Amino acid sequence: MNPKWRLGIAIGLVVIVLAAAIYFPILKRRVKRQAQVQQKSEEQARLELVQSLNAASNEPKIKAKLFWAADAQYSDLVANTVELPLSNDPVLRSKQVLNTLLAGPVDSELRTLPPEAALLAFYILPDGTAVADFSEAMANSVPSGVQSEQLAVDSITRTLEANVPQVRRLRILIHGQAVETLAGHLDLTGTFPVSTKLVPPSSAPAGIPTTK
Amino acid sequence: MPSFFHCPCGIAGPSARISFAILLCVPLINLMDLMNPLIRRIAAVSLAGLLLGALAVHSQTPSAGPAAASTTTPPNGQNAATGRAALNIVVLDPAHGGTDPGARGSAGIREADIVLELTAQVRHGLESQGFQILQTRSSNENPSFDDRSALANSQTGAIFVSLHVSSTGLSGTVRVYTMPEMPLPPTTGGLIPWDQAQASYLPLSRKLGDAVQGELTQRFKGSPMNVQSAYVRQLRTTAAPAIVVELSSVAMEDKTDLDRMLPGVADAIVRGVVTFRPSYVTPGVPGTAPGAKP
Repeated sequence: MNPKWRLGIAIGLVVIVLAAAIYFPILKRRVKRQAQVQQKSEEQARLELVQSLNAASNEPKIKAKLFWAADAQYSDLVANTVELPLSNDPVLRSKQVLNTLLAGPVDSELRTLPPEAALLAFYILPDGTAVADFSEAMANSVPSGVQSEQLAVDSITRTLEANVPQVRRLRILIHGQAVETLAGHLDLTGTFPVSTKLVPPSSAPAGIPTTK
Repeated sequence: MPSFFHCPCGIAGPSARISFAILLCVPLINLMDLMNPLIRRIAAVSLAGLLLGALAVHSQTPSAGPAAASTTTPPNGQNAATGRAALNIVVLDPAHGGTDPGARGSAGIREADIVLELTAQVRHGLESQGFQILQTRSSNENPSFDDRSALANSQTGAIFVSLHVSSTGLSGTVRVYTMPEMPLPPTTGGLIPWDQAQASYLPLSRKLGDAVQGELTQRFKGSPMNVQSAYVRQLRTTAAPAIVVELSSVAMEDKTDLDRMLPGVADAIVRGVVTFRPSYVTPGVPGTAPGAKP
């Protein structure tokens, strides 16, 4: 090889190595910052929900039914009556009851949802389909297994059924994404019935994807 | 029934069987020429009695016992006489595997490993009953949900048993799950939508689930009396009677406690499947819904 070319390639390589040495720490800092922002957004979501609870504190207290595990063996769910200042708005009301459900019962062994999980968004479509978007902790920290995953979803649907009659079925998203299963077993590609008596016959059945 | 009476070549129909018997007799009759008259007479009477007995047993019980069932039905499981499928294939699905260990206990128990051990024991028991066994995985790999379903959906005369270990529940109990009620999908040209493949098979899945759960409840006190419902992703796309069997749990302190459960669980599954077998009635065309015209 021509010595001039050799020198040129060597200089080029040195420049690339120097650029990488300068750029990598900057990239690392950016990734860290991004992770912090993401954490903040989950915390913000939780804060918003708590604020929404406070906002509704001037509402009269209503006896809400929340469903947690009946025993530490997860054999079934049991209704617990809690007095909450619930809003009349179905979306806000849903957020309030789900946030209280996530906060968990006094006995932590009876929780059905992981304590670190947060409800990021909740909305109700005109046909009565509710969409609940949970943080990734919902999928990562719920105990893996058919029994525990079904109980987690049942606690959500039965709590909504008892307190928000406008919700007819529920779609669960994880961090804004449609995922195949909750923690390896339970099907999240479709909707779960909430008020089965109210679901019109033409509606999409549970467990069957409505969008793909 | 002694295995001697089974047609080794799988010949079906009385006339075909008689022809086969005559063919067998020709060399024996030739041998008789060499015997003395008294022995020849005794041998001829014995041979005739044996042949008549064999033909009578064959025509009366065409599918008695698993071995007979496997010889009187073609390999695809379809019964030639009725046009309907007989249950002779069990697809065993050891859940998870590969990069997905499934549920994990604090003592290091991994669901993916336990279910593979359980599968081997169930396989052994079912094979001894004459069933053909297919496995969705036989090592530490993780086929997709659809690949696992596809294995069962491409068979005729098959059921699907998915094996799991939970992280919760009363230790030493076992639960069986089927999908909850699903509306029957519209069938186009006998085809079922993949996403709703299980819908047509739900009644049979529940029968299978009840049979297996009944056996498990007898052995493992505290287990539920009846099959449970759960929206299990694996079951939804399976076009066959399909159940999940879930043991409790990986939370056990000592793996040997869980290991001790496995033979009992395997035996209960085998007995449940054998009990269910006469209930299995479905058209012998893969992918068609039970009750639909073939």
